[in-house]
Amino acid sequence: MKHDTALVTISGVSKLFENANILAISDLTSQIRPGRVTGLVGPDGAGKTTLLRLISGLLRPSEGKLEVCGFDPVKEPNSVHEVVAYMPQRFGLYDDLTVFENLNLYADLRSVTGPQRAATFERLLEFTGLKPFTKRLAGALSGGMKQKLGIACALIETPRLLLLDEPSVGVDPLSRRELWQMVYELVDQGIGVIWSTAYLDEAERCASVMLLNEGKLIYDGPPDALTDRVQGRAFLLSNIEGDRRSVLARTLEKTAILDGVIQGRNIRIVTAKGAITPLPSDLLAGEAAIMASTPPRFEDAFMDLMGGGQKQPSPFLKLQSTNAHQNEIAVEAMGLTRRFGDFTATDNISFEVKRGEIYGLIGPNGAGKSTTFKMLCGLLKPSEGFARVAGMDLQKAPSKARARLGYMAQKFSLYGDLSVSQNMDFFAGIYGLIGKKRREAIETLVSTFGLASYLETNAIMLPLGYKQRLALACAVLHEPDVLFLDEPTSGVDPLTRREFWSHINAMVGNGVTVVVTTHFLEEAEYCDRMALIYRGRMIAAGAPDELKASARSEDIPEPTLEDAFIALVEKDDRQREQT
Amino acid sequence: MWHRILALIIKELWTNARDPKTRWVVLFSPPFLLLIYAFAITQDVSNVPIAIYNQDMGVESREFIGRLEGSSTFSKIEYLQSSAEIISTIESKSAAMVIQFGPDFSRKLGAGDDVNIQIILDGRRSNTAQILIGYVSQILESYNRERLAERGFSAPTKIVSRIWFNPNLKPIWSAVPSLFAVMTAIVGFMISALTIAREREMGTFEQLLVSPLKPLEILIGKTAPALLIAITSATAMLVLGTLVLDVPVRGSLALLYLSMIIYLASIIGIGLFISSLAATQQQAIVGLFVYMVPAVLISGYATPVENMPDFLQWVAETNPIRHFIVICKGVFLKDAPLSVVFQHSWPMALIAVVTLSSGAWLFRRRVS
Repeated sequence: MKHDTALVTISGVSKLFENANILAISDLTSQIRPGRVTGLVGPDGAGKTTLLRLISGLLRPSEGKLEVCGFDPVKEPNSVHEVVAYMPQRFGLYDDLTVFENLNLYADLRSVTGPQRAATFERLLEFTGLKPFTKRLAGALSGGMKQKLGIACALIETPRLLLLDEPSVGVDPLSRRELWQMVYELVDQGIGVIWSTAYLDEAERCASVMLLNEGKLIYDGPPDALTDRVQGRAFLLSNIEGDRRSVLARTLEKTAILDGVIQGRNIRIVTAKGAITPLPSDLLAGEAAIMASTPPRFEDAFMDLMGGGQKQPSPFLKLQSTNAHQNEIAVEAMGLTRRFGDFTATDNISFEVKRGEIYGLIGPNGAGKSTTFKMLCGLLKPSEGFARVAGMDLQKAPSKARARLGYMAQKFSLYGDLSVSQNMDFFAGIYGLIGKKRREAIETLVSTFGLASYLETNAIMLPLGYKQRLALACAVLHEPDVLFLDEPTSGVDPLTRREFWSHINAMVGNGVTVVVTTHFLEEAEYCDRMALIYRGRMIAAGAPDELKASARSEDIPEPTLEDAFIALVEKDDRQREQT
Repeated sequence: MWHRILALIIKELWTNARDPKTRWVVLFSPPFLLLIYAFAITQDVSNVPIAIYNQDMGVESREFIGRLEGSSTFSKIEYLQSSAEIISTIESKSAAMVIQFGPDFSRKLGAGDDVNIQIILDGRRSNTAQILIGYVSQILESYNRERLAERGFSAPTKIVSRIWFNPNLKPIWSAVPSLFAVMTAIVGFMISALTIAREREMGTFEQLLVSPLKPLEILIGKTAPALLIAITSATAMLVLGTLVLDVPVRGSLALLYLSMIIYLASIIGIGLFISSLAATQQQAIVGLFVYMVPAVLISGYATPVENMPDFLQWVAETNPIRHFIVICKGVFLKDAPLSVVFQHSWPMALIAVVTLSSGAWLFRRRVS
């Protein structure tokens, strides 16, 4: 934090990818200092990886100049590589080598040999806590352990600058906390660390933040200074009567409200600058509703910087709702078990989802939530147990059951070479919509999502927000009873995420049931109930507020979902150790 | 059910048509390659340079050489001055054959004695060498016959050859039918082997699997467009072969197309099978080549299947390319009867049934 000379100086740097005609970085000027964590924060496609690659000399800037530890990464890439360690997003590990072999390989590449190598390994294995796992294949490690090994490999020679590209993706909250502790230790030794992330909440852990959006640096400085913008404007609306989702939709229409999101049973609100704080009764939240001030978050400040989220209610709200069978069971999982060889990916998972509910499957990568999800929507056959959708067994009447469900895969699986209208025609076709019915369904969704001007555009060329709209449109063309969403908004910017959930909330109001997987705990707050899946088992289930309450203690009087997650995971680890 | 399949077929045709790379690879390159291959890989021997080392001073050798010079087979005849030059001429490949006349060639002939001429051939080009021996023997035979006739004798026997189906032994006539079969297979393979791997890579395959589409419907929806595209491409090659390369089609076109549909179904079945096993397009391409290269080698395209060891001949029976080459040669060059076409169609149909159904079975299993 001292006024050392800057480790990296970036002056007027732009990077244009000519083939794709994408301006990944636009006229960026900043400095990165040693001995602290600089957060490189922004949604996918903001230019984070490009900037890291520019700093490490893997890309040449189209314009401007960089200086890294006194070297020019374009002219002296080798000198830069000696002092800079870069951990790319996909670990850079060899899955078929063991932990020890991976370390050996990187030591060979860096020519660290003899007794120095042994000492370095000893120190790094101690530091990362990987000592018991040296003989395990890197491919068999959990997400968190992979990241730790990645960092260990990057630290074979102590660098002056460590670049971490999205180290927390797919990592469970516990490992994430450990990763941060590791990085803080490095920073104390005087190493400069750049931590890139799409999670805005991580910005609060950094000493300094570079906030990127569409290649532009929209904020550069300590996170608190940005959060101060919204000081006194953040509120928690609790004890809401009636449906909190429709209360949120009404709330957002008010000009005094800048932003609002569901948080468990409550709604979190940020008011517009200079606006008078509205009363709970103005928001039709009921007599007993309480509006209390709450500490602002970095994401609130980001929304303020972007001028607030979308204000229009989702057009799905206008559609006719059929709320007749509120207590009907829409999705049922009964003793779902799946084994791959002698590895049990999921072990006896059971739950029920009522009609019109949002149900979340929460857990780190590799915990078994995707396996559960795939068995639920019929992509994977359970070894034991069964899954029912809309009362039909997916194994016994697969085609019929599947006709009742909608599915939106991670990363919007659309046909990139097909136009928007061809994509919609295709999905309408495979769900058996024909003639007038098809035309009407497509017309409705085109106008609902404002896709009319993009009808002839190839799906791959669409802006991210529209891609998401198209993917959702294709998934709901046949008006499914149950909608399956796989990591729907991971890496998506907060604005697009809010828009997405406004549509989902509106559909749920119309009686659609939603099952969603996520490792992104902000997203989990939108769920009515959820199951926490860890190491193949369902270790807890309930409403977000119930899970939070279960973690309440003297140390943490107001636990977040992340606190609850960590507490539950630790408890489970202890229990498994005992047995 | 048919609406769903139709949607899948239309989508499949659009994705192939809208991607410029696929369009080129699938529709335009095969006819183009047919042209190149037809001219490049002819097994005919013409325009080869040869050399003559003539130690004889007499008229007889001169006359014989005159016959060689008159043949269009030899592009250039070089005359060597010493026996040492023979080695370097063959080694440097500046001639494929050296003909040597001994110093007493004319004298011995004049005396009515037996006389030898020596031909030295390049065994590195064994095929060319064999054909050259044939040419020289023919020339020698007619030379001998004429010499006998001059003296009032007639040769005891002579060969009168009549070549059926390709009377002028045009190399393109025999090359195009097999090339047509191989190129059609390549188109079918390329489309089908990439289709599922591509969808899996993009994540759209899961979208298909969660839709009401049944495995059989996906199978039809994937096979039919590949069949349509490959037939279009094959038709382009057929037109090119008959109009530009002047290859005849003497048999029934209907039989050709009918057997081609069965052929392509088996090819696409193999392609889809490989595609279902692969997780990425790259794996699919590698897998395809691992299959395709040996399949073409034992298809009878380059060397006759009859010359292969017994076990390979059995393996070749499971190779659709091998069967369709027989049908193509039959239909193009002679009016092959239905029985021959049928004899080679049913094994292809069997292969198609096996590979297509195992492909459909794999769709569901290989969901990771």
